[in-house]
Amino acid sequence: MRPPLRELDKPLVAVVVVLSTYGLATLYSAGQTDVTTFATTIWHKQVIWLVLGLGTLLAASGLSPRLLEWATPYFYGVVLVLLVMTLLGGKSPTGAPVGRSWLGIGGVRFGQPAEPAKLACIMMLGRWLATRREPPATLRELVRPTVIAFVPAVLIVLQPDLGSSLVFVAILFSMLFWAGTKPTLLLLLASPVIGLVLAVSTVVWGAWILLLLGLVLWWRPYVWEGLAVMLANAASGALALPFWKHLAPYQQSRLLTFLNPEEDPRATGWHVIQSKVAIGSGGLLGKGFTLGTQKRLAFLPAQHTDFIFSVVGEELGFVGVCIALALFAALVAILLRIARRASDPYSSLCVFGCGAMLFTHIAENIGMTVNLVPITGIPLPFFSYGGSFLLLCAASVGISLRVAWESRLSGYIEL
Amino acid sequence: MTGPHPAFHPHLVARRVAASRFVLFGTMAVLVLGFFRTQILGHSKYELQSETNRLRPIPVLAPRGLIVDRQGKILAENVPGYTVSLLPGDETSMRASLERLAPFVKLDTAGIDAVLARYRRAPYLPALVLPDASFDLVSQLEERRLIIPGLVIQPEPKRYYPDSSVIAHLIGDIGEVTEAERTQRRFAGLRLGALVGKDGLEREYDDSLRGSDGLRFVEVSALGHVVRDAGAAPTLAPVPGAMIHTTIDLDLQRYIARNFPEGHRGAVIALDPNTGAILALYSAPGFDPNAFVGGIDPDTWRRLNDNEAHPLFDRAIQARYPPGSTWKLAVAAMALKRGLVTLDTRMPIPCRGGLQYGDRYFRCWSPQGHGDLTLSEAIAQSCDVYFYQLGLKLGLSSLLEDADALGFRTSTGVDLPGEIRSDFPSGPEYYDRIYGARHWTAAVTLNLAIGQGENAQTLLNMVRFYQMLASDGRERPPYVVHPPAQSDVMLGLTESQLEGLREAMVSVVRRGTARGAAGRYAVTIAGKTGTAQNPHGPPHGWFIGFAPAEKPTIVVGAIVEFAREGPYVAPLVARVIARYLGVDTTAEPEFTLPTDTAPRPMQLLPGIEHPDTMLKVPDTTTQPPDTTHAPAP
Repeated sequence: MRPPLRELDKPLVAVVVVLSTYGLATLYSAGQTDVTTFATTIWHKQVIWLVLGLGTLLAASGLSPRLLEWATPYFYGVVLVLLVMTLLGGKSPTGAPVGRSWLGIGGVRFGQPAEPAKLACIMMLGRWLATRREPPATLRELVRPTVIAFVPAVLIVLQPDLGSSLVFVAILFSMLFWAGTKPTLLLLLASPVIGLVLAVSTVVWGAWILLLLGLVLWWRPYVWEGLAVMLANAASGALALPFWKHLAPYQQSRLLTFLNPEEDPRATGWHVIQSKVAIGSGGLLGKGFTLGTQKRLAFLPAQHTDFIFSVVGEELGFVGVCIALALFAALVAILLRIARRASDPYSSLCVFGCGAMLFTHIAENIGMTVNLVPITGIPLPFFSYGGSFLLLCAASVGISLRVAWESRLSGYIEL
Repeated sequence: MTGPHPAFHPHLVARRVAASRFVLFGTMAVLVLGFFRTQILGHSKYELQSETNRLRPIPVLAPRGLIVDRQGKILAENVPGYTVSLLPGDETSMRASLERLAPFVKLDTAGIDAVLARYRRAPYLPALVLPDASFDLVSQLEERRLIIPGLVIQPEPKRYYPDSSVIAHLIGDIGEVTEAERTQRRFAGLRLGALVGKDGLEREYDDSLRGSDGLRFVEVSALGHVVRDAGAAPTLAPVPGAMIHTTIDLDLQRYIARNFPEGHRGAVIALDPNTGAILALYSAPGFDPNAFVGGIDPDTWRRLNDNEAHPLFDRAIQARYPPGSTWKLAVAAMALKRGLVTLDTRMPIPCRGGLQYGDRYFRCWSPQGHGDLTLSEAIAQSCDVYFYQLGLKLGLSSLLEDADALGFRTSTGVDLPGEIRSDFPSGPEYYDRIYGARHWTAAVTLNLAIGQGENAQTLLNMVRFYQMLASDGRERPPYVVHPPAQSDVMLGLTESQLEGLREAMVSVVRRGTARGAAGRYAVTIAGKTGTAQNPHGPPHGWFIGFAPAEKPTIVVGAIVEFAREGPYVAPLVARVIARYLGVDTTAEPEFTLPTDTAPRPMQLLPGIEHPDTMLKVPDTTTQPPDTTHAPAP
């Protein structure tokens, strides 16, 4: 049974409609440069994607969570096959760094399977966590969910697309958290990655190992667990250098640039500097819709995809930025509310996972435009041009609308 | 939330919701603060940068890698040069600057529009005005810097080929990356205006040679003048390209270019039969690749393209010629491998100047005939009648099958761009398709047996075949820089059969069709002449030889178009071989014409025009129209 339109969650519908409109207007403006480029008319295509997105949203809201739960393993399997096919014969969009993120069949680009993979990962984790009576309590029990999230993530790293694969890490941790896993256990699970990052400095890394040793002794997990954690940390510390060398030069430069954009080791700092100049020159009220000078002169890099938020900052100023941030915060808060009220664990976990996924995209994409986080090139929901990702966002919202409707039917009462 | 799952007890969920909200609103607060810092606190600073002082990136060209020969002698290097460009600004001020520049750099209105078009394609990069400015011009412009806002004069490495046309086809040339190329994966991420290899080794090994361009930032004032050079942000140093070591012997290459008959077209290839390393690859006429550096001017380009000798065309790997009698060794090798003949086998019908087959009479090149010959003698004399019968003995399907196995239908895979495939029928179906089933006879075998008919080979592919004869019978695919993977193509002959063939080829030079070509050199040269019928004029002359015949260390193949008048082909090859082996070449050989002029081709199928489909050459503007047509059947 499909929920009647008037029974859909009104705040969520309203926020999504406003965000989509805001995003489309920004995309239109991003194409208004002094020099006509392919981006000038790209908003035409985005309108088509929005229409398709609306269809996806309504279709997803028509699927009962039981049906989704049943179909989850098949969906996950299909997505993995697509990811492997992409690796074997993928296409890189022109002009981007060499990569294979597009699925092409017979020379036609079909989309980026990394996007549905995020949803598949959320659903698969939700299914696994929901069927258990207890939250995972030992590291051993965390192996399965970690594998579920890391298989697609590793396939995407190989494309290579480090940014998208980090989203899977965020999904994994947020859903484990929502399923009730103890924070200490999550910290132990995360410790090798933290160690990897801290290995840039031997002193810092040594301090981290000592701290971790103290924590392990304090929390007293199983002996083998404690050993495994310490070994994994030692290994990641030793692997840090080879791993760094294995990164593509553009990935290295992005990280270095984040640490010190003025040093500008590979001229990637150009992107951050230009983005900051555009945003900073926008001031409180901005230069006016479609009137951004940095954008018009094509100083902004990737202004219709990764750096679209810089256009908001330049043209609509701090006020426009705050409005957008408030809308995004409202979106995630509403999903959190729906997840809380959901009538069964699977639905709740799926909605929370979708919220966490959107939140990661929002924080990362907006944060990088003012150099709060390193550049990773993941898109901004409802703003960035791109079909696959927009459809993913629409599907997430559709599933959430359905879950909200079901909990309403079952008569949710707040305690 | 009700339900059996204890982890989703409402109290526990409420705690998690609180934690999640904390993360959500905390992150949003950090973002708001980040934007507050940039947009409100940093506003004046960034507004100034955006309005008055803008950072402009200027690419710093990476020096391309050197290309050197086997002894380290330079084939391609870089010399200092200057480029003049204009920083991007609004179009009116750029036009004004260009008009002030015009008298110095000789820009007409079309030139100004071209610069502006370049600017529109990459509005964030300096627009190139003059790729190659002289020092005098640079000093003149420096004096007038103040009246020309946005002027950028950069010292840049300029590609230089010291040997110019001697190595033109081998080395290729460079030019600006085109829009179409930028969509290809190997050139993805290159900026507009970047220089890439366009042909030859420059293209094949562009990835290594290119290096990566650096970047420096200059700050420009509101008036467009450069106010601070490289101070605003440190320069990113360019990474020079890697050096390429080739197998070329520059001395030999120069020697070939010097000795190639003046005013003639053709090609010469020398390679080491034991490795496949190409020692020299020359195509005539040549061109000056230096003219392409920094953009070729339209007049020169038109001259090169309209020239009926098509100098841009690499005759060593891009032209197919009927192999003529050089092909007879291939037929001999096939028959020997199949055990149908030995080197002493005689054919049933001795040569009386021709052979009656069916209702047609196939002529030998020598009207008076060669008499009764063994296979060795037939090779030495290049007797057509012997090979007509050998072809019939071998049979059409075996001939086609073996030719395929020996690589006569493919390209050699040499590491040079633009190599074309050699052509040979794939099987009897080919004739069914062209003429219709049952509308052709086994007589096509006779033509195929003497290197005529539907057979067109590149010089490199024929030289590759002779490399097998000159070594142990195994193919070593030709290469210039990186040796390719081992090939499993082989002649399948015994050592004594190979020696017998080499002896027959020594007789070609001693007593046979190339006698006298190397008579006075203190080295035994083995080889085979060939004459390719050509409907557009005199036939093309071939000679492929190797030496020392006992243990060859060099194979040289040459083709000279319309060579009938000139007795050069065999002596030219002999001279190149002698030079390489360090033999005294002052003792000039007596000139001898390659005399095995092939008979006029037989009209096998009256009324049927020769099917052009097979021998068609790719459509390029540099295609000579007259080199690849086989004689009519």
